[in-house]
Amino acid sequence: MPNRQRRAALAITMGAVLGLAGALAAGPVLAQAAPRTDPARTDLVVGMRLEPPHLDPTAGAAAAIDEVTYANLYEPLTRIDAEGKVVPGLAERWEVSADGLTYTFHLRKGAKFHDGTAADSADVKFSLDRARGADSVNAQKGYFAAIAGVEAPDARTVTVTLSRPDGLFLFHMASGDAAIVAPESAGANKQTPVGTGPFKFERWVAGDRVVLVRNPDYDGPKPALERVTFRFISDPAAQVAALKAGDIDSFPQFDTYEALPQFRDDGAFTVMVGTTEGETILGTNNARKPFDDVRVRRAMAHAIDRKTLIDGVLFGNGAPIGSHFPPHRAGYVDLTGLYPYDPDKAKELLAEAGHPDGFATTLRLPPPIYARRSGELIAAMLAEVGVRVTIEPMEWAPWLEKVFKGKDYDLTLIAHTEPLDIDIYGRPDYYFNYRSERFNAVGAELDRTQDSAKRNALYGEQQRILAEDAVNGFLFMLPSATVQKSAVQGMWVNRPIQANDVTGVRWK
Amino acid sequence: MTGPMKIGGMRRLKRLPVSLLLGGLLTALVVGAALLSLVWTPFPAEQVRVVARLRPPGPVHWLGTDHFGRDVLSMILVGARNSLAVGAAAVALGAVLGVPLGLAASAWGRWGDEAVARLGDLLFAFPAVLTAILLTAALGAGAVNVVLALGLFNAAVFARVARGAALAVWRRDFVRAALALGRGPLSVTLVHVLPNIAGVVIVQGTVLFAVAVLNEAALSYLGLGIQPPSPSWGKMLGDAQTFLFTSPLQAIFPGAAIAVTVLGLNLLGDGLRDALDPRHRSAGLL
Repeated sequence: MPNRQRRAALAITMGAVLGLAGALAAGPVLAQAAPRTDPARTDLVVGMRLEPPHLDPTAGAAAAIDEVTYANLYEPLTRIDAEGKVVPGLAERWEVSADGLTYTFHLRKGAKFHDGTAADSADVKFSLDRARGADSVNAQKGYFAAIAGVEAPDARTVTVTLSRPDGLFLFHMASGDAAIVAPESAGANKQTPVGTGPFKFERWVAGDRVVLVRNPDYDGPKPALERVTFRFISDPAAQVAALKAGDIDSFPQFDTYEALPQFRDDGAFTVMVGTTEGETILGTNNARKPFDDVRVRRAMAHAIDRKTLIDGVLFGNGAPIGSHFPPHRAGYVDLTGLYPYDPDKAKELLAEAGHPDGFATTLRLPPPIYARRSGELIAAMLAEVGVRVTIEPMEWAPWLEKVFKGKDYDLTLIAHTEPLDIDIYGRPDYYFNYRSERFNAVGAELDRTQDSAKRNALYGEQQRILAEDAVNGFLFMLPSATVQKSAVQGMWVNRPIQANDVTGVRWK
Repeated sequence: MTGPMKIGGMRRLKRLPVSLLLGGLLTALVVGAALLSLVWTPFPAEQVRVVARLRPPGPVHWLGTDHFGRDVLSMILVGARNSLAVGAAAVALGAVLGVPLGLAASAWGRWGDEAVARLGDLLFAFPAVLTAILLTAALGAGAVNVVLALGLFNAAVFARVARGAALAVWRRDFVRAALALGRGPLSVTLVHVLPNIAGVVIVQGTVLFAVAVLNEAALSYLGLGIQPPSPSWGKMLGDAQTFLFTSPLQAIFPGAAIAVTVLGLNLLGDGLRDALDPRHRSAGLL
């Protein structure tokens, strides 16, 4: 038996550790001077929530890989710019044949990899063939599925032929998954990445930071920054402290929304709130009772108050959605009025579906704070109409295993951050277990259509089908908040793809 | 046979140690809060009102509201009930499994004794919180699995304590006398050994109770314990983490509740030991 003093001391210490340590730790940080702004600076420290598992975007789905490397270190053939448009990448221009089956890319003259070797058509052919090969470990193999063949008629020309029209081909070729890599260095890219971008890899301090430096041999416009450090800080309170202490110059994708007002009130900081492609949904297992009944799904849609959710979870920073499509994109149809918040109507629909007393169900939540908080609020809202929700918090690995891959769930809550991903509702083996001939017919037509006005009309149709079927609970768009020193200019406001493109960033 | 325990124990209770008084007072406060929550809370503890979020303490919400606009006082009261329920269940489970095992070990002789002692060592090799994290990761988060995990750990502690105390009792003259009179080991265990180790077991129970409350808070803080919407102090602390800069009170109230409970139970345990165990009579914390 330990003596009494030790035990009593333990009790006090543990209580203090649990309750007060953070509050006490906050003191000295707040007392520090306001962050310095030095006009001559050419270095930048970017804060990130998660550390990438490795640095090869062609071999992993983790967003953190692209958040370090996209456009900075690697370049795909095409690129997505700050507005979400497809712009030249390693290819300075391209032509598409009238039938939409042949793409001819013209590469930049003088493009070089960081190891000094030329970046030519053979590298492009290697990269695309590697991504679509049988033993490919690419996280988005589907992006390359339509490719029938890749030819390199000369060192600066690449011809890609498709087996079927793919309206999103240029868009997909602009993703980090389609980054162009060299056969000489591709194998080691996970630890020592070699690309063609304006920044090259310097070092990676595991658990702490990745440092990139300006590539003096870059053939395009030189970035203003000479050195960029990506620092990884997962704890929300530590993120706030690091910003306040001036250790971080810019923190994109800052998700502690309740901390934004204090940075807005501080003249040394700028807060930008923009959009992401993250449709946040109450993922619903359409194959499992009682959710196989559309009346039950509609009842749940009526039971959820999106405004309260956005206020409670995002502190007002987010747009409601009525289907799986972001409001800032052309082709968006506003369907948020289809199922207005109406608990009585929800109860009515539940009774009609044979659940006058509601039912019990489970909600499996992945770790992000938006998911945990939304889940808690939605459980309270559903309780109002008699649906008794048991919350099951999960770590990422079991969530991916059980919910996403195993489809073993009733309800879940997740933001789908891939751009233009409404096509997931047409995938037969996707975790929603949703099947609709109508939706798939429109999807097939989309693949055959190049004209953007027609495409947008078809997207509208798809959105309407999903909303009418109330496939999932369509909640809100995840916002993109950036907190940075006021003198930093050129960071993206919106996140059309998951990336921290710092090529255009400079100090005022 | 009225037990010899009374001679050593009950007389001491009349001279109440300070730690017993203070510990009893704090524990009574927490138990009172838990009981009160059964009949009354200022607001329903699970009632969400986002428009009224993060209110400072005031006449309507005495301890303010949290980030969803829930009444903090109501959550603290119901949280007391949840904490005590988990703690009590974990201790009860531990005692029910551990005490008979410890008694049996002391009665069985060498082999049984060794087996129980080694089993205990095995369980002690893993800290209770780690065992609980492993178990909840395997079986899923939730109050029941937390009780199971903490109860298992407690059983090992109870078994060890009961065995140690019982071995000493078995050597005493009145036990030898009972055996000589032809009483069987089961009868001697129940009539003589158990009453004589009851004091030690009770003291151990209060200490383990405090540890269980603390561990439950830690697990709920990590999101593995009592699940929302039911409030728990640990979860409240976890939620408060991102508000430390803006509303530090969010962390203070549940933190204070945990500290008061654990301190109260520990002092109560110390006081009870002073009162029940003559060997510790002189040393007082306060």
